[in-house]
Amino acid sequence: MRPEEGVMQSRAQAMQALFEVLSDQPVIICNGFPSREAHKIRDRAGNFYMIGSMGVAASIGLGLACARPDRRVVVFDGDGNVLMGMGTLATIGALQPRNLTHVVFDNEVYGTTGNQPSYSRVVRLDQVAKAAGYATVERVWEREDIVYEFTDMLNSDGPNFLLIKVNEQIEDVDRVALDPSEMTTRFRVAVDADQPVRSREKG
Amino acid sequence: MIESDDFVNAIQDAGFDFFTGVPDTILGGVLDVLSQRRVYIPSVREDEAVAMAAGAFLGGKVPVVLMQNSGLGNALNVLMSLHLIYRIPCLLIISWRGFEGNDAPEHLVMGHTMPQLMEIIRIAHRTLSRDTMADDLRWARQTVMEQRLPVALFVKKGVVKTIQP
Repeated sequence: MRPEEGVMQSRAQAMQALFEVLSDQPVIICNGFPSREAHKIRDRAGNFYMIGSMGVAASIGLGLACARPDRRVVVFDGDGNVLMGMGTLATIGALQPRNLTHVVFDNEVYGTTGNQPSYSRVVRLDQVAKAAGYATVERVWEREDIVYEFTDMLNSDGPNFLLIKVNEQIEDVDRVALDPSEMTTRFRVAVDADQPVRSREKG
Repeated sequence: MIESDDFVNAIQDAGFDFFTGVPDTILGGVLDVLSQRRVYIPSVREDEAVAMAAGAFLGGKVPVVLMQNSGLGNALNVLMSLHLIYRIPCLLIISWRGFEGNDAPEHLVMGHTMPQLMEIIRIAHRTLSRDTMADDLRWARQTVMEQRLPVALFVKKGVVKTIQP
């Protein structure tokens, strides 16, 4: 049993705390229950809910952060996802996108498929991120620390890595019912991406 | 043979403005020019590369991913469960290793099946040639923006000048 177990939040509780800190920052949310929970807790046009392509939430966030240095980009990720796309921690560490904050909800299991254990209970993902060269790395589990560190990261240069140890609890939530292509359009409008494309086409 | 500079000019003139990928010998000259122009962002895997391109499109860019066709295997799941269902476009510039069976053994299966593979997952494709380069890129730009889907441009050995002899 982990020492912090007694005060650990569920992922949904942690997510709720993060949404209270967020304003208009775009958020890329990994597939599975994290996206479903985010959709239930705080649906907003600036949320991009992944329903497939496990392992690449941070890659999408990185591409957006590189394309839009004027925007603070946030990724909501999971331990299974990070383990699947661990090479991307190296890419982020090498490229040093100052506007990227990578949040990982670490419940040490593949919760969407029935709580099979993940290697994050023996491999410290925060230490991997630190070794890869993230500018700031924090490991938290209590609500106050989650809010404090996330607020700090949104106001300082990254790349930032916030590992939130959460319990295995999953909310009773449905699949995200939005049409994926409509989600793309809605998200692009939220980050003002349609404007530059249109002006290029005219020119 | 197409000069790498001319190929990159044609890509940029067609309006593509975000470049990532994983290195390949056939595309070496192109990657060199893109790096000199400081517009290339290297990836470590092809699924990461196409996902970065998706993020760039969400941010308003018109992205290009360069890769060897062996990397297409790595990228397939992201193309199928992200780009094709969310209607996120990108231009895939894919080197055609194993074309007509003239290559190392590891390239032969993909070299033989790549066009059919793209047809099965419904990604439109063309094969670059010197005579059709301008038209190929106009087609690519028009298709990605109108249909909001990925398209592929295959590059055979000896069509674009590489840095290695």
